[in-house]
Amino acid sequence: MTENARLADRLLAGAVWLAATAVTGVFLWLLTDLLREGSAALSVSFLVDEPRDAGRAGGIAPILVSTLLILGVCLAVALPLSLACAAYLAEYTRREERAGRTVRVSLEVLAGMPSIVFGLFGNALFCITLGLGFSILSGGLTLACMALPLMIRATEEGFRAVPGDYRSGAAALGLSRWTTLTHILLPAALPGLMVGTVLGIGRALAETAALIFTSGYVDRLPDSLMDSGRALSIHIYDLAMNVPGGERNAYAAALVLIALLLVINVLASRATLGLLRRGYAGAGA
Amino acid sequence: MLAAALRAAAFVCGAFVVLMVLFVLRESWPALREIGLSRFFTDPSWHPQGGAAAGTFGLVPMITASLALTAGAVALAAPLGLLCALFCTDYAPLGLATAFRRLMEVLAGIPSVVYGFWGLVVLVPLINRWQPPGASLLAGILVLALMILPTMALLAQTAIATVPADYRRGAAALGLTRVGTLWGVVLPAARSGLYTAALLAVGRAIGETMAVLMVCGNVVRSPSSLFAPVRALTANIALEMAYALDDHRSALFVSGLMLAAMVVVLVLAAERLRACE
Repeated sequence: MTENARLADRLLAGAVWLAATAVTGVFLWLLTDLLREGSAALSVSFLVDEPRDAGRAGGIAPILVSTLLILGVCLAVALPLSLACAAYLAEYTRREERAGRTVRVSLEVLAGMPSIVFGLFGNALFCITLGLGFSILSGGLTLACMALPLMIRATEEGFRAVPGDYRSGAAALGLSRWTTLTHILLPAALPGLMVGTVLGIGRALAETAALIFTSGYVDRLPDSLMDSGRALSIHIYDLAMNVPGGERNAYAAALVLIALLLVINVLASRATLGLLRRGYAGAGA
Repeated sequence: MLAAALRAAAFVCGAFVVLMVLFVLRESWPALREIGLSRFFTDPSWHPQGGAAAGTFGLVPMITASLALTAGAVALAAPLGLLCALFCTDYAPLGLATAFRRLMEVLAGIPSVVYGFWGLVVLVPLINRWQPPGASLLAGILVLALMILPTMALLAQTAIATVPADYRRGAAALGLTRVGTLWGVVLPAARSGLYTAALLAVGRAIGETMAVLMVCGNVVRSPSSLFAPVRALTANIALEMAYALDDHRSALFVSGLMLAAMVVVLVLAAERLRACE
C-alpha cells in the first residue's frame, strides 16, 4: 500500500469518526437540554391541571385530552381505510399492474406533501366546504389524510410478507375471500399493521402546521368533537412564540410529547416481537 | 362484492392527492384570475393588503429564502449523513453501530416543533452573541439540517447495506484500500438509493414550516447574508393565513400550490430513480 493510499484511508476514517462524534454530540446536547429543562417544570399536577396565565402556569390536561381526541378521530378514519386499501393493493393487484402502480405513486406524492399544504386543504375542505369549522373533527380528518400513505405502505408490506401457503391452504379448505382475509391474512399481517399504525400515530402527534388552521387554538377542554381544541404540538408552538416567559412549560410539554412518542414506539415493538415469537409472519417495514 | 369494496377504498385513497390539488387550485383561482400568475414573480415586494390592484404580491424573496434554506441544509446534512451511514456500516463495532442507529431512529421521530423550539431557545441566542440578530438564515439552515440528518443517515445506511457482499469481497480480492472500496465500488453501487434519500431530504426541507417559522426571523426580504432574517414560503402561509381575507387568502393558496408543485416534481423524480435501479 502506498503512502498516499494509507493517508487517504486515515483521513476518511478520521472524517467518519469526527462526523459521528459531532452528530452524536449535538443530538445528545439537544436531548439532555430537553430532559433537564423539561423535568424541572414537569410534575403530576402539570399533567392534570388546566393551563393558567396563557399557559405560563398550570398544566396541560385539556390539551392532552384534545390531542388524544384528535388522534382518535384520525385513527378511526385512517385504520379501516388503510386496511382496505392495503388489502386491495396486496391481494388483488400485482406489483407491476397499472391500477396498483397509480395508487401507489399517488400515495408517494401524498406522503411527500408539505404539511402546510395539508393545512390549507383541510381548511378548504373540512372547515369551509363541509362546514365543520375549527374543530377536532376537522383536525382529525386532516391528520388521517396525512397518516394514510405511511399506514398503507407498512400494512401492504405486512400482507405481502404472509407466505403464499396460507392462501393456498385457505383456498383448499374452500374458505370465502372475506373469511380468508379476516381470519387468516389479517392476523398474520398484524405486525406490519402495527408498524404502520405506530408510524401513523407518530406522524399525527408531531403535526403542527396542518392543525393550526383546522382544529384551532382554544386551550380549554373541548365539549364535543365539533368543538375546537388545541393539540400538544400547537401548545408548544404557542408557548415558544407567542407567550413571553412560556419557555419553561414549553420544555415540559415537549418532554411529554417525546415521552408519549417513545412509549408508543416501545409498546409497539414489544407487541410486534411478541406476535413474531408466537409464529406470525414477517414484520413488514 | 368484497373486491369492489376494497377497490373503492383504494380508489378513495389514491384520489386524495388529486382532491387536494383540486381544492387548493379552486381556492387559488380568484388570485390567479385577479392578480395573474406573472405578478407573483415580477412584483417588487410582498404587501398583500389593499386587494389585487393596490397590493404587491411578489413571492420571489420568499422563494429565494426557501431555496437558500433548503440548499444550505442539504449541503450540510447530506455529507454528514453519508459519513454517519458509513460509520454504521463500515467503521463502528457492532454494538456501537446498533446504538447509533437506535439514536438516529429516535431522533427521526422527534417532532419538528421541538427542533424549532430548541433552535429558538438555544441556537438563536448563541448566534445572536456572534452576530445579531440571532434569528436568521443560518439558524434556519442549522435547524433544518438537524431535522433531516437522521432520516438521511438511516436511508443512506439502508442503501449501503443493500450493496451485495460480493462487491466488497471482489474489491478485497483486488487488494483495494478502504477508500478505494468505498469510494470506487460501494458508493457508486448504492448511488440510486443515496440519490433517492437526498431527494426526499430536499422535499422534507422545502416543505418544513414550523422549524423555520420559529428561528428565521420572518422578515420578507431576499437573504442578503447568512445572518439576515428571512421568511420562507411555508412560514408565510402559516403566519398570514389567520387574518388573510379574499385576494390575500387566495394568494396564500397560490403559494401553497407552488410548494405542492415543487414537491410533486421531486417525488416523481425520486420514483423515476427508484424504477431505474
